[in-house]
Amino acid sequence: MANLQTHPAEGERRVPKGRAERVRRRRVPIGPLEYCRRWWLQLIVGTTFLLLYAPIATLVAFSFNDSRRNIVWRGFTFDYYVKAWNNQSLFDAFVNSLTIAVINTAVSTVLGVLAALLLWRFRFPGKAVYEGFTALPIVIPEICMGVAMMAFFARVGWPTGLPWPLNLSNITISHIAFSFPFVAVIVRGRLIGFNRELEDASKDLGASEWQTLRHIVLPYLRPGVVAGALIAFTLSLDDFIITFFTSGPDTITLPVKIFSMVRFSVTPEVNAASTVLIIITVIATVAATRLQAPTRRGNPGGG
Amino acid sequence: MEQVAPIISIQGVTKRFGAVVAVDDVALDIRPNEFFALLGPSGCGKTTLLRMLAGFETLDEGTISIGGKDMTDVAPNRRPVNMVFQSYAVFPHMTVFENVAYGLRVVRTPSSEIDSRVREALEMTQLNDFAGRKPDQLSGGQRQRVALARALVKRPQVLLLDEPLSALDAKLREAMQLELVRLQNSVGITFIIVTHDQNEALSMADRIAVMEGGKIRQIARPSELYEFPNCRFVADFIGKMNLFEGRIAGRESGKIGIEVAGLGQLWLPTDDGGAMPAQAGDVGIAVRPEKVRLHREAGPGAGGGAAGDHRIGLPGKVHQIAYYGDTSHVFITLESGQILSANLQNEARSAAHSVAVGEDVWCSWDPGDVLVLTT
Repeated sequence: MANLQTHPAEGERRVPKGRAERVRRRRVPIGPLEYCRRWWLQLIVGTTFLLLYAPIATLVAFSFNDSRRNIVWRGFTFDYYVKAWNNQSLFDAFVNSLTIAVINTAVSTVLGVLAALLLWRFRFPGKAVYEGFTALPIVIPEICMGVAMMAFFARVGWPTGLPWPLNLSNITISHIAFSFPFVAVIVRGRLIGFNRELEDASKDLGASEWQTLRHIVLPYLRPGVVAGALIAFTLSLDDFIITFFTSGPDTITLPVKIFSMVRFSVTPEVNAASTVLIIITVIATVAATRLQAPTRRGNPGGG
Repeated sequence: MEQVAPIISIQGVTKRFGAVVAVDDVALDIRPNEFFALLGPSGCGKTTLLRMLAGFETLDEGTISIGGKDMTDVAPNRRPVNMVFQSYAVFPHMTVFENVAYGLRVVRTPSSEIDSRVREALEMTQLNDFAGRKPDQLSGGQRQRVALARALVKRPQVLLLDEPLSALDAKLREAMQLELVRLQNSVGITFIIVTHDQNEALSMADRIAVMEGGKIRQIARPSELYEFPNCRFVADFIGKMNLFEGRIAGRESGKIGIEVAGLGQLWLPTDDGGAMPAQAGDVGIAVRPEKVRLHREAGPGAGGGAAGDHRIGLPGKVHQIAYYGDTSHVFITLESGQILSANLQNEARSAAHSVAVGEDVWCSWDPGDVLVLTT
C-alpha cells in the first residue's frame, strides 16, 4: 500500500491481478440500502416477512388440523374443507361474495376508466371539484361510508324480497361507489405517461375519435385497467365494514359470515373458508400480473 | 418562376395562445412536388403552422387550402396530408406491419390492397425485414422509417415532417437527409419539413421560409437565402456572419460609401442587384467568415479600398482558433476591438501555412461579398 501511495501510477501498473481487484473492491462504498451487504437490513426484511406471513401460514396450516379447537395440532385432515363446503349458509355467503365481486369489478372498471379519461382529456368548469370528489371515497373512513350507505338505503328502501342476485344490489352499489375511484386513480397514473402525439398520429392517419380510443388509447391503458380491475375485485371480495352495514339477514357475504362464526368460536372451518379466500385472491393477482406482462415495457415512442 | 397552382395556399393565418401570438398574419404558397422547409429558432411558430396544416390547431384568422380545396375547418382525419411526428409516435403495441397498415385499416381498405401497399411502403423505406418487429425492438432510425412508411402508405398530397431528424445522432441524420431527398424524388409528393437546423434546411429543401416571432422573414432558395439574406436576423441565423454597424456617408456612380466604425470608409459597388438604401441612414455591413482571407503581410486593400486594389483589408491579431478538421475557424481581434471570424480550409496536411494564436494577420475580402442590410 505504501508503494501505491508514493508512486500511484507505477504501483497500479505493477500490482498483480488479484490484488488489483481487491484494491478496487475496497474503494466501492456500501450503499445505504444495499441489501446483500448490510446484515441489519436482512434482519429487518426477515422480521417483516415473518410478522407478515407467519399468521397467514398458521391460519392455512390449522385449516388442516384434526381438532375442534385451533390451539394444538392433532393431525392432518381435509374434513373442515368438506364441512365448510357443506355448510349451506357459508356456501351461500361465498357465492354472494363472488357474485358481488364480479359485478363490482365489471362496473367499477368501466366507470373508473371513463372517469380517468374524462379528467385527462377534457377541461370543464368545476373540474378540480369533480376530481376532489372522485377521490373522496378513497380517503373517507370506511365506517363513515358504511353508516352513510345504511342511512341512504334506509331512506330509499332495501332490496329485500327481490330474487337473487337482485337482493344483493345495495351491497353491490356500495362496493362500486368505493372501488371505482381506485380504478380511476390507477388508470389516470398510466395516462400521465401517454404520448399525446400517438393520438394525433392516429387521427392524422384517418382514424376517428372512437377508433383512436379503441385502437390506440385503450390498448395503451390495458396494464392500468387490469391492475384497477384486480384492485376492485379484491376490495370487494374482502370488504367487511361497508358490507356489514348494508347486508341483511339473507344477503351475507363471506367476510361477514366468517366474522359471525368467529364470534362463537374459531374452528378450523373458519380457517378453511379463509384459506379459500386467500387462494382466490392470490390466483387473481397472479393472473393480473401475467396479463400485464407483455405490455409492461410501456411506451417507447414517448418523449 | 412559372405559374403553377399552389398545392398549399396559406392566407392571412394568425394563431394566438392567450396573449402570445404564435403565428402572425402568415401568407405562403407552396408548389406541387416542392421540398419546402420552415426554418426558425424554437418558439417562432413553425411547428404551430405545421400543426395547422395537419388540422391539429384551429385558426384564429385566415384560410388554408390544400389541393385547391378549403381545409380551414376540416378535421385532421379528413385532410389529404400526413405527418411524421417529432417523437415518431409509432404505436408501441403494434408491429411494424400493423403500424403501417393502421392508416389503411381504419378507412376500411380491402385487405388484399392493404397487404400490397404496406409491402410497397416497407420496401421503399427498407423495412421489409422488420415487418414483424415491435417498436421497442427497433433503433431510432428504424422507428423513424416506420413513421415515414406509415405516412407514405396513405399516399398523401403533402407530407408534413415535424423536426424529423432531431432525435438522431449526427451520422444517421446526414444519411437520413439524403434518404429523405431521394424518397421525395421517387414518390413525387410535396414535403414540408419543420426544422431549427439550418444545415438540414439548406441541404434538403428547394425553398426555405425563415420564421421569427410568428412572422416569415424571408422565403428563398437555399443559395439565395445564404448569399442574399434580406435582414440582420436571417443573416445571423443562417450560417455565421461578421456584422458591422455603419452609416451611409457618400455616393458615386455605381458605388456607395459607407462609414464603418473601426473600418473607415468602405466603397461598395451598387450594381449587383441588392436593394441599396436610397437615403442616408444606419446600415449593417455583413461578410461571411469563409469569404475572409488572411495574409501574413499587410497586403490587399492596404490603401483603404478606394482606388487601385479593390479588396477591403485591415489588420488584426489572432485571438482564438477552433479546429474542425476540414476547416479551422479563426477569431481575430481587430484594432477596433471587434472580433472578426474567418473560416480557413485546411487544404494541406502540413501546418506551415496556418496561423497561430497571437499572430498579427492582415484580413481581406472582396467588396462584392459584402452585404448591406437595412433591417
